[in-house]
Formats: sequence, structure tokens, C-alpha cells
Amino acid sequence: MTVRLTIDGRQVEAQEGEDLLTACTNAGVEVPHFCWHRAMGSIGACRLCAVKVRRHEADPGTIEMACMIPVADGQHIDIADPEAAAFRGHVIEWLMRNHPHDCAVCEEGGDCRLQDMTIASGHHLRRAGPDKRIHRNQYLGPLITHEMNRCIACYRCTRFYRGVAGGRDLDVFGAHDRVYFGRAEDGVLESPFAGNLAEICPTGVFNDRGWSKVYARPWDMLETPSVCPHCAVGCNIGLSVRANRLRRVISRSHPAINADFLCDRGRYGPLFIEGPSALKAARHHGHAVPLRTALDQAQEAIAVSAALGGAIGIGSPRASLEANYALRRLVGPEHFFAGLDAAEVALHRRLAAHLANASIASLADIAAADAILVLGEDLTGTAPMAALAVRQASRAAERALAAEKHVPAFLDNAVRVAGEGRRAPLVLVTPVPDALDAIATHPLRRAPADIAGFGHAIAAALAGKRADPDASAAAAALAAASAPVIIAGAGLGDPAVLDAAAAIATALNPRARLALFPAEANSLGLALLGGEGLEAAADVPGRGAVVVLENDLHSRCDPATIARLFADRAVIALDCVETATTAIAHTVVPVASFADAAGTCINHEGRAQRTIAARPDSAPAAWRVLAAFGGGAEAGLDDLQVALARDCPQFAAIAAAAPAASYRTPSGRIARAPARFSGRTASDSAGGDAAPPRDPDSPFSWTMEGGALPAELFQGVRILAAAALPPPAQAPAIGGAGLILIPLHDPFSVSETDRASTILAARAPGPQLRLHPADAARLKLAEGAIVSVEGRTVPLVLDKHIPIGHAGLTTRRTTPRRLMPEGSK
Amino acid sequence: MSLPEPLTVMITHAIASHGGPRGAILEALRMVQHAEGWVSDERVADIAALTGMTTAEIDNLATFYSHIFRKPVGRHLVMFCDGASCWMNGGDKVAEAVKARLGIGFGETTADGRFTLLNTCCVGGCDHAPAAVTGRNRRLVGPLRADTLDGLLT
Amino acid sequence: MTAAPLSGPLTGRARADRRPHSLAEWQADGGHAALGLARQQPPAAIVDMVAAAALNGRGGAGFPAAQKWRFMPAPGTIPGDGPSYLIVNGDEMEPGAFKDRLFLEALPHLVIEGAMIAAHAMHASEIIILVRDAYRIGIHAMEQAIAEVDAAGLTGRNLKIRVHASAGRYIVGEETALIEALEGKRAVPRKRPPFPAQSGLWGRPTTVNNVETIANIPGIVANGPDWFRGLSRTAEGGTKLFGVSGRVHKPQLIEAPMGTTARELIDRCGGVSGTGELLAFQPGGGASGFLGPEHLDLPLDFANVADAGSMFGTGTLIVLDTGTCPIGVIARHMRFYARESCGWCTPCREGLPWVAHIVDGLEAGTAKTADLDILHMTAGEAGPRGRSFCDLMGGAMAPLATGLHRFERQFADHAAHGCRA
Ligand SMILES: Cc1cc2nc3c(=O)[nH]c(=O)nc-3n(C[C@H](O)[C@H](O)[C@H](O)COP(=O)(O)O)c2cc1C
Ligand code: SF4
Ligand code: FES
Repeated sequence: MTVRLTIDGRQVEAQEGEDLLTACTNAGVEVPHFCWHRAMGSIGACRLCAVKVRRHEADPGTIEMACMIPVADGQHIDIADPEAAAFRGHVIEWLMRNHPHDCAVCEEGGDCRLQDMTIASGHHLRRAGPDKRIHRNQYLGPLITHEMNRCIACYRCTRFYRGVAGGRDLDVFGAHDRVYFGRAEDGVLESPFAGNLAEICPTGVFNDRGWSKVYARPWDMLETPSVCPHCAVGCNIGLSVRANRLRRVISRSHPAINADFLCDRGRYGPLFIEGPSALKAARHHGHAVPLRTALDQAQEAIAVSAALGGAIGIGSPRASLEANYALRRLVGPEHFFAGLDAAEVALHRRLAAHLANASIASLADIAAADAILVLGEDLTGTAPMAALAVRQASRAAERALAAEKHVPAFLDNAVRVAGEGRRAPLVLVTPVPDALDAIATHPLRRAPADIAGFGHAIAAALAGKRADPDASAAAAALAAASAPVIIAGAGLGDPAVLDAAAAIATALNPRARLALFPAEANSLGLALLGGEGLEAAADVPGRGAVVVLENDLHSRCDPATIARLFADRAVIALDCVETATTAIAHTVVPVASFADAAGTCINHEGRAQRTIAARPDSAPAAWRVLAAFGGGAEAGLDDLQVALARDCPQFAAIAAAAPAASYRTPSGRIARAPARFSGRTASDSAGGDAAPPRDPDSPFSWTMEGGALPAELFQGVRILAAAALPPPAQAPAIGGAGLILIPLHDPFSVSETDRASTILAARAPGPQLRLHPADAARLKLAEGAIVSVEGRTVPLVLDKHIPIGHAGLTTRRTTPRRLMPEGSK
Repeated sequence: MSLPEPLTVMITHAIASHGGPRGAILEALRMVQHAEGWVSDERVADIAALTGMTTAEIDNLATFYSHIFRKPVGRHLVMFCDGASCWMNGGDKVAEAVKARLGIGFGETTADGRFTLLNTCCVGGCDHAPAAVTGRNRRLVGPLRADTLDGLLT
Repeated sequence: MTAAPLSGPLTGRARADRRPHSLAEWQADGGHAALGLARQQPPAAIVDMVAAAALNGRGGAGFPAAQKWRFMPAPGTIPGDGPSYLIVNGDEMEPGAFKDRLFLEALPHLVIEGAMIAAHAMHASEIIILVRDAYRIGIHAMEQAIAEVDAAGLTGRNLKIRVHASAGRYIVGEETALIEALEGKRAVPRKRPPFPAQSGLWGRPTTVNNVETIANIPGIVANGPDWFRGLSRTAEGGTKLFGVSGRVHKPQLIEAPMGTTARELIDRCGGVSGTGELLAFQPGGGASGFLGPEHLDLPLDFANVADAGSMFGTGTLIVLDTGTCPIGVIARHMRFYARESCGWCTPCREGLPWVAHIVDGLEAGTAKTADLDILHMTAGEAGPRGRSFCDLMGGAMAPLATGLHRFERQFADHAAHGCRA
């Protein structure tokens, strides 16, 4: 129900059940605040949101905290009331008593809520004496800095870290004016979402350590909207650049995807483009050459391929759709291959087909679910932000009970209490213990080969057939829900798991939604584009060149396949990072990373999303290079998309993912102005920006001048159309000897780009093999031994949670198979 | 040294009777302190392990509640009331005398580990002001006099 | 150590040496008879009786006990599942308060009997008696008494009773902070509404009552509301266990009718000590505003004291003679409240230490006249209800605000010269 309020004399509407602060914010009126956060509700700690509330026109009114009061019809809210303003000023004065006043050296400076509020409240004169409280700071790991003396005790950090992200190693200690936010002792923050502390903290207690080294003032950076390339969720991010260097990554809100937060992989992964293994220089036969030379050599090799059976193109799930398409057009559809092994190609085709026929769950849908089944997927490892959405959903039951007790939904702590610890059903079926176990109502363990079967048992139970007790319980929980979501993914490499998940969603129709997470940022785009596996590529006769697009084949298939594929062919590698593949390629062409080129990726929902080049003057976009090789005359991305839509009609809609380069706001191009744009750009140690380059692929200016970003035009577009469902997949027969693979996923490290981010690499545990102690004993391997497996050497960890006969291995290639670990000499 | 068996049994029992591990942490801290006089880092880790909580979560409470001691205390704990009623009746003079006699200040322990002095809020003995509580049973003593401290310090 | 003997319908049975009664001794004296009477009546009848008795809560706010109990839902009428709780608040850490100690140490069966009747009246299935850690004798006495009534089968089938010792901190006495503490969390108060009766301990219906409030229940049930109202000299029923401390010759607990005056109480304590002349008194513990000699004949009850600009609070008087420096008293109070702030909300967490620092400076002679502005600002801005998250800050500001007014000359003098007392 809507209610009518008067805010500083202006009539506005609000929704019943909202707090006044939310109502004012929605009406576009800012109420000063620190502790309130739209994703975390009200706690009433900071007391800054004081306003005068009158129940009716003639009511003299009282001072109330806007975040703690529900809206009511006829209310008058006076933010500008002198009594309220005076109180807010004193709150600032109290908070600033112990604040170190170190704004000049604080990286939050200019982007600091405390600084803003201090100025806004008119607190210029310090009346408190010189004595200040002093805290000792902690080492919190490679991602986040700690400066407790700046703390204003808004409790946002612990509320996010514990209450939203489920972390348990950050907490508040002490009492009165000595409350301390940190860990029990120095040490790395364990949560893979810790980076959000830097954004959540309204002042400079927690800052980005990664950003620190390349720090620039927030108002001096150019900000470009982009999309995270580090998993299939495709969270929206902002890339901040100054003097042609990437300086930081921040969360950019997308209502269906990442509303407020980001995972650490997404926040620190993009720093790979500033890392030591960023590929910057062209090479030919191992020698550095000018880019022009490498391009000429490559083009020559491709040209002569015609006479040698034709060139082969190897695409990539990490490259944009346009780059893959340009390669496919260059070599022809028969010679375009997906850059994955055949099993992963089939897996992702199946995944795409299931999604095309399903009611797809976005992250927002997952967060709003009232029951969830996760079938086989280590979500925290493969799609971290989806795991965060599951955590929100698990609170549905508590919210429902609190509502029954008439506890307002915005009172976060009160809801947690009134909810009596209830959890929404979360059926979590994984082969090994999972980060979500603590909130799962049904944490279940099944061997990889049994997970699909368990899923089908749930589907059978939903159809009224008898099933084992766990499956029956899961079915009952899902059947009782009004908005259940079924989640699976490519994490186990097993298409039968996808079939099972889809079968359950079908059995729950029409209420259920389905979320299937592909392995990588553009796995779905690649699957929809087509292209067979690497084995087939290796079988192509002839000696034409092979062009490898942004892909390290060594993590995709066995070395023998690569040897066959590359034998007697000129190998041309296009990439933005150094990999084992660029190391052996004959011609290496540096191309723009996702941050430096416009392009499109299709996320897990089938949503096409556009990246925009954030740095001028970097290497050329891969699609531009490949189009040029084939004589393509497209001037920019928009033209290439026209060709793409003509050749591959399934992608016709992607042009709507973002405005064309010709788009203009009423004030011209879209400004790359940061939220903190000051209009005054200082020359500092970070340097100034060079003369603005051209950007033919986007409607963005290279300066801070221009119109505001029309956010609604940047929400991407869903492109999946219903397709024929493929016949059910066979459970992969993985005969032979050895231990069955359980792919281990790590939230911090997945691909060659993640590993190329030094800051992320410092946080990731590194590759490992995990065996049950009994299996290790049988193989005569001891804890810590260096083991050789599939041509890699990795340390062995004994883990009684690995089922006997299985081996957990950190690997990119999830295709079900057997491993034969051997002690390495 | 890991948690002694009797404490393990008592804490396990508290988990059952206080509505789960969270509800039992304060009890666990008190039990450890009662047995050992204070709560060491090691005991924080022990309680965390036994209750399935993190050390941060235990210390969150242990550092909030003022009568959980995270530093060793002497065999005799003397807690002086520094409330207004005691002050009006000469409480600070008694406290100064005790400090002088033991050679330590509030929050400190004598070198021989016998006495720890603490200042604390009103001890509910305003009718015996100036008052203190002392010993394991928190015996209330007062009215104290600066010239007759023997009753307090023996 | 013995205290002055007590007399009166509420505490008269306490022994001079405060040794608690055994169950047998208590029953021989008519104890636990009211429990039997109460259990023969429907819960609503007991609540009506308490309402007719005009029993106001003795924990500080003086809220009518029956009205609070009426918020407690009958079983089966509330969502969720689990018990309903009665929590008996024996935290007593207010400066100048020492009254609940008597009930816990000397009259444990009275508290338990009252709690069991109250639990019946408010549909509570579990009673938790929270006692401050320093009252170990009281804790022991309560545990002993519970064991006895349990063994004797007096608790009945579905009622559980236990004692919970606080781990220390004044804020634990605030009813919602107390509930947080019982849940194994930091004792940070909760927002009301939702009130504890709606969502209290573990989210279940809960009522918190002061020990003295509960101790009055058996008498009301046994003798009727008219008797109880007849004990009082004002509209608020019953006697009150007053406490007088500070500058009086014989500080002590005194049970006397509601409406007894400060003059009578101070006289019974042998008069003002020191100069023999009253400077001021706080009628309800450290968090109550100062009253002066002009209030000596005010009939003390919640309404009258509030009208006089202070708070009846715990009913424990802190008396200042003219030889006592009021700045010194305020300094002790400010230090205490600053130290005991839970650290949740800004005005209290940051404002109180600042005030404490300044008042200390006034005493030491290091403060400046301009600092008085900060004191006025803090008392004025953070004192009114709702400015800080809970009532600790407002309570702490009461002696400061009234002191700044009443002792204006002394404040100015201290700002100029420091303490010359
Ligand atoms: C800071 C603070 C401390 C309090 N301490 C106590 C206390 O120690 N004992 C007590 O009974 N009530 C205390 N109260 C009052 C309780 O919150 C609550 O109102 C009381 O226990 C209710 O009991 P009654 O209704 O029987 O009076 C305190 C309140 C505040 C704001
Ligand atoms: S007023 Fe605020 S900081 Fe002080 S005790 Fe209450 S909630 Fe805690
Ligand atoms: S935002 Fe309302 S109290 Fe902090």
C-alpha cells in the first residue's frame, strides 16, 4: 500500500513498511547517514539520520532517527529543521573527536562519507582537545588495509562481513569508546568477499590494498562501465583509470545481478592487466618485434594457409563474442573450434539448450527464492556472487516469521531475532564439504557420479514416486516453496547433472526457476556460436596456420592433443596475458584485454552484456585484428555486430545490450566522470591524462565532460530463444584405472587471467591435489608430497572428506576422467 | 595443555541447557575463569573448538564483558568501588592507601602474584561505603578505613 | 557483617544476618502459600489483581507491572515455536543502588514464589533470574532455593527456573541488552518496538521485571490489592525498599510506604553527616537528577519525583552534604557511565567520555570556561529521550543537566580555579 508523506514541504509517495530514510532516498532526498545501508537495513547506531517528524501538519513534532521509523500516511518529515540539523552537527562533532584528521594521506579522501558529512554539517571548528584514542592496526592480508583510528563505529563492516557474507573471522571487540573492528589476531581475512569492506566502510578504515599501489584521487579518475570477465555471472563493474592505468575496480549496481557487492575475484582479478604477465609486446619466433611486423607475419601465414588445407581458428570462452565471431569468419565455420575439449563443448551446448527452455533465475531471483537446491556445484568457487545471493535467500524463512510477528522488515537485527534462527530450505548436494554448508538445511554429500542420480530421484519424488529419504525430504521442501530455484552448473563437468536439475525445475513448473552456471564469462556465447572440440581440431588434415584466440590450450586438453594440433603448423596466438600457449606460439600478437576493448559476453542468464574500452591507447581489440586479417572493412564494433547478426541470427538482439557509438545524451557523449568528479584535475604523481584518443566503439567521451550514464540502457539484453532440447546425456563413462576426478574450485583463482593478477594470486592457495588418507597410503604418498598428475606437479593434501577412490584437483578442465597421481622425483 | 576434562563436561552441559553454543559461551568463559582465575588465549581457542565458534566470536564477548579477565590476575582479587557514595565517604583515600601498601595501581597485579587491584562500579554496598568486594566469593567488605586495611588484605 | 534490621510487609522476614531461609523454614512461615492460591485462579485474574494493586515496576521506569504482563500472548496465539520467558532482573549496577541484593541474598524464596506466580499470570514457561556476577552470595542463595522448590515439586510440570550470572557490565541491566546477553551476544540494547513480549529472548515472548517488583507479588496475591494499595501514602501501591547512602550517618535500606519523604528517610539514617546540612540528593540512584532541600518533604513516588524534574528510578537516595563537592560527585558518575557505555550509538559512545574528560578537568583545574559549553551542549542534545539508542545516555545526562543548573556557581568556579573543596 502506498502512503503519502511530506518531505521538507514536498509531497511524495512511499510504500507502507518502509522506513523514513528509505522513503526519502527513493524520493531523491538525501538524509545524512552512516550505519544505514540499503542492502543491510537499519540499526540505529550512528544517530546521524535525525530528522523532525510531525504526525500531521500542526504537530510540533519530535526528533527521530529516520532509519528507525516506519512511514505513515500524512507524516511530515523536516530534514532541514534547525533542531535536527543541529543534532546531526553534534553527531559529527562527536565522531570527529577521535578521528585522526589525516585526510590528506587517506585514500578515502574525496570519496569519504565522513568527509562529506563533516563538511555538510558545518563542523569546521574543533572544540575537542588534542587527546585522541589510539588503536593498533592489523595486517588483514593482501587485499585490504586496516586503519582503525579512522573508525566511526557504524558497524557496517561486521554487518556485511558476518551478516551478509557469512564470514566469521572479523568481529567487534571491546566496549564503550574503545570498540575495535578486526580479527582476533593479525591474519588474512578469510572471506572471498572481504574486498567489499573497502566500499562499505564510510571512511578509510578498510581500503583496497590492490588499489593502493596505483592510487589516484577518486575525482581524478575516468570511470568506464564494464562487466567482470572472471566468471559466468557477469557482475557489473566500474573501471577507474588515470593516466592510462587501471587504478581500481568498483561494484556497479545492476538490479538483476550484483546490486551492491562484488566478489574478490571480480574486484582484484582485472588487475591482471597491470600485472607482470600482461602481454604487451609482439613476438615472432621468440623475438620481440614491432606489432606491425607480427601482424604482417600472421596475415602472411594465414594467407598461405589456403593452399595448405586452410587455417584453423581456436576460439575462447574468455574472449568476446565479436572476437570469436571474427575468428570464425576468418577461418570459416568448419575450421572454427571452440577451444575446449569435446566433452566441455557438449556440456555447454547442453547447458545452453536447457536454459533456452527454462525460466531462468537471475541472481536477484536467487536472492528472492524461498527454497533452493544446489546440485553438484561449488557455487562459492565457481560463481561467488551467486553464493552470496543464496545466502540472502536463506534468510527468507526468518523474514517471513518476523513479518508474522509484525516486526518491520527494515529493522535488520530485530528481524534476525524474531526469525528464531529459521532458515529457508537449502538443499546442497556436493561431493565435498561446501562453504554454504553452514546455512544449508540439507547439506548432503554424494560422489560426483551419484549426484545426477540423486537429482533424478528428487524429480521422481516430485512426480509422486518413491525415493530415498534425503531425496524425498528435498522434494518436499521444494514442493512447499512458492518461488524455488534449482541451481547447477559446469563445475563437475557432468551434463547429466544439468539434465537432472532441468528435470527438477520442469517437475516444479511453473513456480521454479533454473540457474545453470557455465564455466566462464563467455562460455555461453561460445556455445551458441558453435565450434567443435579441440580433439576434432587436431584431426583436421593439412598444414595451414592455427590461430589461437585468448586461450591457454594447456589447461583445456591433454598435451598430446596440443602436439597433434600444432604439428607442422604456424601457430599464431592472440592474447593479453602470457600463457604456456603464447610461450610456444610462433607469432604472438598482443590484443586488448576486456578492459581495453568493447565487446559482448553472454552471462549465465543468457544476458548479452557490453564491455567498453576503459584505457585509451592500449593494444588493438582482437576482433579488430581478426577482422582486418580477413579483409573485413568494419569501422567499429557496431558494424561488426551487424555482420554477426547477419551470419548468426541467434545473436541479432545483442546490439540492444548497450547504446551504439552514435548514441548521444542531450549534452553529447557520455562522460567518463566518476561519481566524485570535481572538475578540477590536479597534476600529481599519477600523472595527467594525455590528449584524448578516439573511441569509435562506444558513445563515451574520453574526458569528464558529457552527459550522465543512462544506466537503463546498459542493463544488457537476454538473447536466448527456445530451442529443441537435446536427448538426455549419458552419464559419462569413465572407465580405466586411477582415481575419479573431483574438480576443486577456488574463489580466488580459476583462469590464467586471475592468476596473472598478482594481488589475487597472493590470496589464492595455489593448485593442489587432495586425496583421502587411505588412497594416499595405498599410493604410498604422504601429506605435502609433490605429486605429478596430468603433466603438472602439485603438492598433496590429505583430506578425509574426499571420498575414497576419488581425487580432488584444482583444475580448469572439469571433464570427468580418472587421474593417476605419481610421486614426483 | 588442552581443556581439562571437568571443564569440557561442564561446558558441554551448558551448551545443552543454554539454548546452544552461542548461549553457552558466557557460561563457558565464566567456568574457565572460575577454575583458572582468568581466560587465556589458549582457553579462548579451546572454547572456540568446543562450541564450534571462532576465536573472534569468543573474544567479541570476552572483551566486552568487564568481569571476564583476559589477563592473569593475582590469587586475591580486590575490586574497589569507585562510585559516588563511596567517594563521598573517603573511598579514594582508602584506595590510595591500598595502592601504596601493595605498590601497584588499579589494573595491576603484585609481583608475587598475590593481589590484583581493580576499580569497579558500584558494588551494591553503598550502605557500607567505602566498600570493596574481594575473593572468589566476592565478599563485600566495608566501611573501609585507610588505617585498618588488614581485614581487606589478608 | 550485619546490616540494620528491616521491618515491613515486604522485607520484614529477612534475617538481620541475611542468612536465607530453607524451604521448610519459609513454608513454616506461610511462604509459598500465595503460589497455591494463584495457581487455582486463571492467569487473567492474577493480572487484574496486580493491576488493582497499582504496582509499578521497581526497576527504574516505574511502568505498571500488570500492563506489561498483558502484552504477553497466551500460548498458541503467537507465530513461531518455543517457550515464553519471564526474566527477573537482578543486575543492580546503578551507582547508589543496593536494594535487590537483599532479596537475592536474604529472601530467595520470596523472589521465586513471586516469579512463579508471575510466570503463571503471564503464561511464561521459563524463568531466568539474572544476577550480577559480584552478588555471588545471592547467586548461591537463589540456586539453592531453586533446587529446593524443584525437589519439592513446587515448580510444576512445565516450568523451568534457572539462575544466570552476568559477566559484568552495567548495560546488562537494560532489559533488551540483558536479553542479548542471555543469547550469548554483546549486551547491546535492542530497538523497541518490537517489544520483548512480541519478540524477546530467542525471538520468543519475554517479560523482564525487577527483583523487587517480583518480590511484591506474593503479598498482593495473599492479602489482596486493597491491602497493597493501603500500604502506600500515594496512588502508587505498596511499600518501597528505599536505600539511603552518601553523606548520612547510618546509610541503610529502609522499607517504607510509597510516598515517604526524603526528610523522614534521612532522619532514620541519623541525619546528614559531615556539615550536617543538605546540599542536594539524587532520589533514584546515579541516573536521577539532583533535587535540593526544597524537596525534602516531597512524597517520593514515580509520579511526584518526575513532576519535580527528576526520576524515582531505583528509589535509592544519594545524599550530598554542603561539604561535598558536587562536581566530584558528577565526575564519578560521568566516569562510570562513560566506561559502561556499550559502544553502540554515537552520542553515548563519544559524547560521554568527552563530558567525563571535561568534568575531570574541572576537578583538576585543567578545564576552561569554554568547556562548559560542551557540557551544556551534550546535556541538551543527548539528554532527551530518543537521541541515543537506549536510556543509558539520557540517565547519565540527568545528574549533569540538573547539576549544571543547580550548581552553576560551582561549575563556573571550577572552570576558573579547579576544585577548592
Ligand atoms: C542503562 C540501564 C540499566 C538498567 N539497569 C537495571 C538493573 O540493573 N536492574 C533492573 O531491574 N532494571 C534495570 N534497568 C531497567 C530495565 O531496563 C527494565 O526497565 C526493568 O528491569 C523492568 O523491570 P520493572 O518493570 O519491574 O521495573 C536498566 C535500564 C537502563 C536503561
Ligand atoms: S545509549 Fe547507545 S552506546 Fe550508550 S549504552 Fe545505550 S545503546 Fe549503548
Ligand atoms: S543511519 Fe539512522 S542511525 Fe545510522
